[in-house]
Amino acid sequence: MATQALGRTDAPAAESLDVVDEDERARARIRRASTIGRWAVGIAIVVLWEALTRIKLIDPYYFSSPSLIVKSAILAWTTGTLLTDVEFTFSATIIGFVVGVLLGAAIGLSTWWSKTYANILEPYLVTFNAVPKLALAPVLIILFGIGFQSKVALAVLLCVVPTAIAAYSGVKSIDPDMETLLFSLGAKRRHVFTKVVVPWAMPWIVSSLHVNIGLALAGTIVGEFIASQAGVGRMILYAGQTMDINLVWVGVVVLSLMAILMYWAVSWFEKVVLKGFMHGAQSAGR
Amino acid sequence: MSDMLPREDLKLEVRSVSKVFRRNGKVIHALDATSMSVRRGRFVSIIGPSGCGKSTLFNVIAGLAKPTTGDVVADGASIIGKPGYVGYMLQKGLLLPWRTILDNIILGMEVRDVPKAQAIARAMPLIERYGLKGFEQHYPHELSGGMRQRASLLRTMLYDRDVILLDEPFGALDAQTRMLMQSWLLQVWGDLEKTVLFVTHDIDEAIFLSDEIQVFSSRPGRIKATIEVDLPRPRTADVVTSPGFMELKRTLLSLLAEEAERAYAEAALA
Repeated sequence: MATQALGRTDAPAAESLDVVDEDERARARIRRASTIGRWAVGIAIVVLWEALTRIKLIDPYYFSSPSLIVKSAILAWTTGTLLTDVEFTFSATIIGFVVGVLLGAAIGLSTWWSKTYANILEPYLVTFNAVPKLALAPVLIILFGIGFQSKVALAVLLCVVPTAIAAYSGVKSIDPDMETLLFSLGAKRRHVFTKVVVPWAMPWIVSSLHVNIGLALAGTIVGEFIASQAGVGRMILYAGQTMDINLVWVGVVVLSLMAILMYWAVSWFEKVVLKGFMHGAQSAGR
Repeated sequence: MSDMLPREDLKLEVRSVSKVFRRNGKVIHALDATSMSVRRGRFVSIIGPSGCGKSTLFNVIAGLAKPTTGDVVADGASIIGKPGYVGYMLQKGLLLPWRTILDNIILGMEVRDVPKAQAIARAMPLIERYGLKGFEQHYPHELSGGMRQRASLLRTMLYDRDVILLDEPFGALDAQTRMLMQSWLLQVWGDLEKTVLFVTHDIDEAIFLSDEIQVFSSRPGRIKATIEVDLPRPRTADVVTSPGFMELKRTLLSLLAEEAERAYAEAALA
């Protein structure tokens, strides 16, 4: 009808709908181009790496090459211990991450119950956060042995303080009117804690997960570097000592893939959890 | 006048409640000895300049703050320091953003450990009757300001106390929505037979809604005048142009103008 009013009786209605979609189409074009671009850059790096090592412009003795890495990976997977190493590193990281985050969140949230307790705790959290905790790795190895436990302990040690600080920031930012509201409804402190404090602080805790999953992985690997009988970190160390540069690169690639996988998992989890706790009114930064 | 009321008619008594507090070394008289008797089922508005201690009084009645002197008596017993005796809707609607409208509305019952199914069964008829049907599974940010205030008001109502305190519930709404909400509130009040104490800045709103208006003086707050509103009920929007309404408005305007001048003069002196 609008086209008739404009005197363009010959223009079919479908075309005028396309005009409205212009913005969306432009966005879709950008999305498509970005996706293609990302893959292209990745493939280009791999191809270039392979090509430059083939023509000996860079030395595969130090930098390996994609084909050598794949060959070495297949070998390590079929005849070596790659599978068990990945399992070892992966489970130590995940367990350490989960325990560290739960413990940290519990510490951070507990500050709501007493201002004095929170004030006493705060400088210790800040100080401990500044300590290079990996320097404590030898102590943990002595405490927990060279097995699985010491790797988990290191991962926990790295995650716990950042999570506690994140949860504490969340608790500090609670809208006092929300607490007043609950009290005006005759709520006990435990109600306020479960119905306001925990959900309020959740976005802070969840937004610290991305950093923490990386820290947990780093903790586990350092533990494996220092003293271990299994794990990708141990594999890398062993390969380096035997000048098996290809296997070192296999380790690096495997760890990168693990990191990406866990990052995705955390992102997915974040989306699911935050859907339940942040509805427009709140954002992690607030 | 209220001293001659039969006892069973009295719902809430504020007996010379005052509040003095110290902030940054300065003593602040928020509320001068204030007394007030509220009859069962009445709609009483409290109007006065900013900082006249209206919110302080509400916090005392709600049991959230202790007065420096005085007592608040409801149904014959003191309710000082007893939160949860009256329903209290704070100035901001304060819906929890991570809860659906339904879950927000039943919050008060949840805190009192009413089983969830039972709480929902009680909430649903009110949600349907008072214009939130179809929105119970929405989240607060998906609703308009007026809808959100309705939800917080229903939460307060479903908390199921005889006395309801409303602290400027419509202050943040635009004029159109505000008028709709006022009529809506009168409907709810008429249905549920609550005793309502209502704080507002708006003279029209106070007259339109109330049986009685308590005019507060500027700080330290105390009751300066009590105005009976004898306009017939049910009231519709056109009551605001009636001569009776105009007369009351004139009285209230002059009372409040005096206060504003006084506050201004004091501010100039200080």
